[in-house]
Amino acid sequence: MLNYIWLAMVVLAVVLGGINGRIQEVTKAAIDSAAGAVTIAIGLIGVMALWLGIVKIAEDAGLMSLLARILTPVLRRLFPGVPAGHPAMGSMTMNIAANMLGLSNAATPLGLKAMEDLEKLNSHPGVATNAMCTFLVMNTSGVQLIPATMISIMAAAGSKDPTVIIGTSIAATFTGLVVGITTVKVLERLSVFSVDRAVKRGA
Amino acid sequence: MFQQIIGAISVWAIPAFLLGIPIYAAARKVKVYESFVEGAKGGFQMAIRIIPYLVAILVAIGMLRAAGAIDILAAVLDPVLRYVGFPVEILPLAIMRPLSGSGSLGMVTELINVHGPDSFLGRLAATVYGSTETTFYVLAVYFGAVGIRKSRHAVASGLVADFTAIVTAVVLCRLLFM
Repeated sequence: MLNYIWLAMVVLAVVLGGINGRIQEVTKAAIDSAAGAVTIAIGLIGVMALWLGIVKIAEDAGLMSLLARILTPVLRRLFPGVPAGHPAMGSMTMNIAANMLGLSNAATPLGLKAMEDLEKLNSHPGVATNAMCTFLVMNTSGVQLIPATMISIMAAAGSKDPTVIIGTSIAATFTGLVVGITTVKVLERLSVFSVDRAVKRGA
Repeated sequence: MFQQIIGAISVWAIPAFLLGIPIYAAARKVKVYESFVEGAKGGFQMAIRIIPYLVAILVAIGMLRAAGAIDILAAVLDPVLRYVGFPVEILPLAIMRPLSGSGSLGMVTELINVHGPDSFLGRLAATVYGSTETTFYVLAVYFGAVGIRKSRHAVASGLVADFTAIVTAVVLCRLLFM
């Protein structure tokens, strides 16, 4: 699917840029974004190393497998492809906890650790497993208990009651999450999205 | 009071992790420094591994934004959404949200400042931002880290989640803040 989306984005950008007379801006954006992407990735090295170090301590102390064992009954329904007590259960839990607390600096490294653990169960390298897609949707739903960035922006703009958006945000994000997970579970059964098809063709 | 509790949680959560895990581990006789360094080694490769995926996604999004595609899409959707009662002021934000974190943060800040933080639109914009994520960035980073090129149903599902969260935000804010 990304093959089509990516192609469509690039084609659309060049065509619309041409029509709008903004083709030079499009060129500049392409170059700048490429450089910006590397800056972002390089900037992640430090926090990534920090949290992967902490996770390794947690692993060696048996904390991750403890977490995995405790949460397996809950997570097993969401991730039927992940065996009970597998390390991925532990790292996914840590990622979800960090997301909920709004610790995005910690959530990304923990999420990538979880992806690595999930990849160990993948028999078709390069193709996303059902568990990976489910986990991804849990992350793209942006579940957090306190939208701290927004509260501080509201407060900075002089809001009398900046925390009023907590309730609406939580309700909206959880509705998105529930519908997203339902969608993931329905779509994974469709043959258009099957692993076999993805292996054979570009999907 | 509530705001203070929230503040305390966001201030103390990371120190609590950084303190709690090594102390627990030390009590279980783990050599914490050695374990930390061993784990931290992976940080570099992981960051480097996501570069091609991040470049691909961010370049495409950057080009689309520069071409004015978001304004065009907003103009096309405007009459339809106006008809169903969707506040069209936040439409560009809703389109930008899954594509660019910094882009949508700029938009939401502007909406809050223009319409006022305690207005319906200000609160709605904040709710929309606070209840969604930069789906394409998460996709590039998470799948890139383990070399996933075939994303299957992940993109569609992620966008459905975003769409649902935005619609829910509109409905709730209309009920509560209008």
